[in-house]
Amino acid sequence: MLWRTIGLRLLLGVVTVLAVTVLIFAATNVLPGDAARAILGRAATPQAVAKLQAEMGLDRPLVVQYLSWLGGMVHLDMGRSLVTRGPVVDLIAPRFGNSLILLCITSAIVLPLSLATGIAMALTKGRGFDNIANTLLIALAGIPEFIVGIVLIVLLSTQVLSVLPPTSMVPSGQTVLGNPQVLVLPVMTLVLAILPYLSRLVRSALIDAMASEYVVTARLKGLPERQVIVRHALRNSLLPAIQASALSLGYILGGAVVVEFIFQYPGMGTALRDAVGSRDLLVIQAVVLIFACGYVLFNLAADVLSIIVTPRLRG
Amino acid sequence: MVDMASPMDIPAERPKRAWAATLRTAFGYRRTRIGAAITLAILVIALAGPFLAPYEPSAFISKPFAKPGAEFWLGTDVRGRDVLSRLLYGGLAVVWMSVAAATIGMILGASVGMLAAYSRGWLAEVLMRVMDVFLALPTIILVLMVVSLLGPQKWLVVVLVGISHMPQVARVSQGVAADVAGRDFVLFAEALNVPRWKILLREILPNIMTPLLVEYGIRIVWSIAGIAALSVMGYGIQPPEADWGLLINENRGRLATRPLPVLAPAILIALFALGVNLMAEGLSATISGVARKTGAK
Repeated sequence: MLWRTIGLRLLLGVVTVLAVTVLIFAATNVLPGDAARAILGRAATPQAVAKLQAEMGLDRPLVVQYLSWLGGMVHLDMGRSLVTRGPVVDLIAPRFGNSLILLCITSAIVLPLSLATGIAMALTKGRGFDNIANTLLIALAGIPEFIVGIVLIVLLSTQVLSVLPPTSMVPSGQTVLGNPQVLVLPVMTLVLAILPYLSRLVRSALIDAMASEYVVTARLKGLPERQVIVRHALRNSLLPAIQASALSLGYILGGAVVVEFIFQYPGMGTALRDAVGSRDLLVIQAVVLIFACGYVLFNLAADVLSIIVTPRLRG
Repeated sequence: MVDMASPMDIPAERPKRAWAATLRTAFGYRRTRIGAAITLAILVIALAGPFLAPYEPSAFISKPFAKPGAEFWLGTDVRGRDVLSRLLYGGLAVVWMSVAAATIGMILGASVGMLAAYSRGWLAEVLMRVMDVFLALPTIILVLMVVSLLGPQKWLVVVLVGISHMPQVARVSQGVAADVAGRDFVLFAEALNVPRWKILLREILPNIMTPLLVEYGIRIVWSIAGIAALSVMGYGIQPPEADWGLLINENRGRLATRPLPVLAPAILIALFALGVNLMAEGLSATISGVARKTGAK
């Protein structure tokens, strides 16, 4: 029963990804303004446009184009960049690695930090720590992430202190891991963007759980408070926390585009931004698809995890 | 739960005064009042700004990055234009665009969500699965993808940001509408053969107005962040127009030595988003049983 539920969920994830590929393909092919014209500009002669269209395979029926594009994606053959003329996959791979590093470090910090902050707030509900933290987090929650980034640059790398590099560019041939100082500000920015949302969610989930019947029963049984919180309340507030963590990770994927831009971090977001500037269509398609797959994957993981920790969802 | 009044009276349980009462409770929270004050201040700056600006926003009036002084209160920007004037002119676009995008997202999302909640069955399933597909494309990524083909036009950005809100709004409205759809007055209306669209508009919609209003606030906040971010990246509002996000884009090269032309618009964008968010927080605290969930005022 458990495996069947998980299997169904996986199938749904695959269908979602397929639908996303159709959407991406449609958006970049059916919309007015086709790729060849976009590259050559308005002044191009019809002959030049037709020649490029043939070269890019744009003169084939749309379904054929879609299938060959999708088939390529599955084999990691994403075509050739219209700008550098090199394979898209070579262009994206290092950027993908850098974005993954940013994502991993950010979540390794923000997930435990939010959990701890949320628990501390719930346990001091309505008193000192909770009041101060809640006020700060509510204020922080409304501020767009790129502005947090700008303020951090001003505070830590230019005006007040100058201890960190304001941009995250690394010399070509080097990785961000070889220059860990460039990671500090982008990671801080993303952590500050997610912390308010996630920690307040943990807080309210735990407060709800503490007021629930089974926690009251556990108390009446005479269990020590510590055990009541850890064994009963915390476990049951895990479910919304898992879902919210997946949403947050998905959010990092999208929100990171701007944060990467602010710090000129050499990740997928910057790759997308540059590709849009040069209308490098195949790079755009590939990056958007990777973002979408990441999002679906996080939600899938959250759903499967939720099914495992909550017996009643196994149904 | 048992309502002893005759079924005919039940729709009358939500008179207009319930609305006013909700708003009054919301304004009982300090965060709502602070949020409203901040939002109002930003709206005044954005709307009245163009009439107060000392210079034309795109006039080159001095050398680039002149220091703030008596002539130019906030100095000049990368091209030698008055920063204060560009600030005063630059709020209007982000204000109307973010409100318009959130409105589009609310109309689309609430329609889908309510329809899904009320029809249930296969239609609900299909609608929400389609929403999941859109959910997989975050706002900025969706806009960047389409803008790369059609060019950065304002209406396009507004519509796309609106569409990107749709799945989240649909989820929220489906959740709250599903609770209402099973209540007595809806069943009663169904028994009287009231058309479905009438039930949706007259029975369900008025009863989910407050949570939808909270969602509207949240969507405006996200729209501000998204639309400003696009301008910051150079794919939103285009030069030579004056706009807060664009100001950041144009002047960020000299952030180290001349932070003001970047910081000033950044602070205004942040305040706008913060103000709306605080109002949404206050209203949401009203719904979630006051202090039970949110604790402090």
